[in-house]
Amino acid sequence: MANVTLRKVRKTYPGGFEAIKGVDVDVGDGQFCVLVGPSGCGKSTLLRMVAGLETVTGGEIDIGGRIVNQIEPADRDIAMVFQNYALYPHMSVYNNMAYGLRNRGMAEAEIKTRVEEAARVLELSAMLERKPRQLSGGQRQRVAMGRAIVRQPKVFLFDEPLSNLDAKLRIAMRVEIRKLQRRLNTTSIYVTHDQLEAMTLADILVVMNGGEVEQVGNPLDIYEKPATTFVASFIGAPPMNLMSTRPEEIRSQLAGSAAVDAGILGIRPEDFVITDETPAGGVALPLTVEAIERVGAETFVYGSRQQEDQRVAATPGELPPGEVIVRIPGTEAPAIGAKIRVAAVRAKLHLFSGDGRQRIEA
Amino acid sequence: MVEEEGFRRYVAHIILWIGIAIVAFPVYIAIVASTQDNALIANGQMSLLPGGHFFQTYYQTIFVGTSGSTREPVGNMMLNSLITALLIAVGKIAISIISAYAIVYFRFPFRMPIFWLIFITLMLPVEVRIYPTYKIVADLHMLDSYAGLSLPLIASATATLLFRQFFMTVPDELLEASRIDGAGPLRFFWDTLVPLSRTNMAALFVILFILGWNQYLWPLLITTRDDMQTIQIGIRKMITTTDALTEWPIVMATAVLAMLPPVFVVVAMQKLFVRGLVETEK
Repeated sequence: MANVTLRKVRKTYPGGFEAIKGVDVDVGDGQFCVLVGPSGCGKSTLLRMVAGLETVTGGEIDIGGRIVNQIEPADRDIAMVFQNYALYPHMSVYNNMAYGLRNRGMAEAEIKTRVEEAARVLELSAMLERKPRQLSGGQRQRVAMGRAIVRQPKVFLFDEPLSNLDAKLRIAMRVEIRKLQRRLNTTSIYVTHDQLEAMTLADILVVMNGGEVEQVGNPLDIYEKPATTFVASFIGAPPMNLMSTRPEEIRSQLAGSAAVDAGILGIRPEDFVITDETPAGGVALPLTVEAIERVGAETFVYGSRQQEDQRVAATPGELPPGEVIVRIPGTEAPAIGAKIRVAAVRAKLHLFSGDGRQRIEA
Repeated sequence: MVEEEGFRRYVAHIILWIGIAIVAFPVYIAIVASTQDNALIANGQMSLLPGGHFFQTYYQTIFVGTSGSTREPVGNMMLNSLITALLIAVGKIAISIISAYAIVYFRFPFRMPIFWLIFITLMLPVEVRIYPTYKIVADLHMLDSYAGLSLPLIASATATLLFRQFFMTVPDELLEASRIDGAGPLRFFWDTLVPLSRTNMAALFVILFILGWNQYLWPLLITTRDDMQTIQIGIRKMITTTDALTEWPIVMATAVLAMLPPVFVVVAMQKLFVRGLVETEK
């Protein structure tokens, strides 16, 4: 059991490339911290620095009150689950799990107890003698988890552990990982690029972009109050609609609020309703329906705004300028080509500075 | 259609049988000749059917040797060849896997120059550097010794390159997982890399054993004593005789015996050998 604290952690590669530009994160004892961000944002590098697989070029990494910057991975009291599982192909499942314990000189009887207990929890008891190549993807994944569990480390590190599984298995394993972590109550750091995984697993969510932390916090807080347009468009699917406040159409509706000159207005697809009324202080937009996606419980309406808009900051998952996604419940939907009017209430508007780096409270 | 297929199959089989006959016939002749009486062979009246001297000839070959040119029993030559070939194969694998491990997994000064130095030796087989190599071996007093027979052939780059290529395909995560599991460099090498290289080692062993077994020029140069002769040299010496009839049955028996160990090695390691060449187990 341990806290993990990162203080001004930096990573500069010999070539001068700055992969991590000063990250501060504090993960409390037993918490599940998820690092999320697009590929190349430095989240995996950061995790590997905590594991000791990458050197730290600045700042401190503190695990359980001990600065581990100079400590070997094996002595950091961590266990890691890799994206490709990294099971030893020539060893049986049992030996894969027992290997790390043997290297620590643990008694064979104790190893047996621990491995069998882990195998029972992960439903691997029947396959302890098999080789990794005789297992399915999900089973390999569980062996990788087992290898981490038997160590009883202070911290679990997960490097995109579910990305090699098919969609259905991924959801099942996601739930399993969460349950397991709750039961063992071991501090965990989990890296993923999947915002849904991030939202569902995290106690603390760290959204990263370009080697920096964009926002840290409770997942729902981040969802409700994204600090930047990057976070706003990265968390939540489909992404938040972002539009400039400069066109007169929007400017006039926002009049009277402090945010008139803010620069960027964000509205989540689920916060729109199709209505002819304009809520007080809210925003209404006329749209032409261009496409409909029915997924059963909900329907997504892709509409274009009649006025052409300026392009907002280029961020991942961003919409073409002028396009707006609206989520409506059920399967009822307007016809393609129909002119509709959608509106969002004041409380659901997100306003950001013109560069998208700052949230402005109206 | 069916008939034509049947016909085609016969043609294919006939061609294959002809191929086998071409390859196998000399071997058959050697076996047959080794069982016949020397006088018959010398007269050019050798039958194509096995003669009755099998046990006698092979006994003499293995335990006594020819009565004329070399009086060295072939059993001893085979032992020399076997020891040399095993030393070359095992020594080369051991040295190569260690050097490849160093080159792939460690960062040290002049790593690339060292790699290129090793690489360059590919262009310098024993035949090319035979004089300096002989000088070195002679100065080290290794003439007429197993060390002299095997050491110069152990030092070459092919196996190092093969292991290097293989190690580069081993995922980095395995190394990282080992580090987290508390395995140091030696542990990682023994517990993970060596077991993973098993099939590669088997393939190399087969190739190197045969290479070592078939050495001719180098053993010819550095062995002068009869009891240090390898079997390949022995055969050569048996054929050239002065003022005496070549003892063909014994020569042929020696040739047959010389084929056996490589055949045995190939048959025994065939499965691993093929796997080592075609598949990488990761």
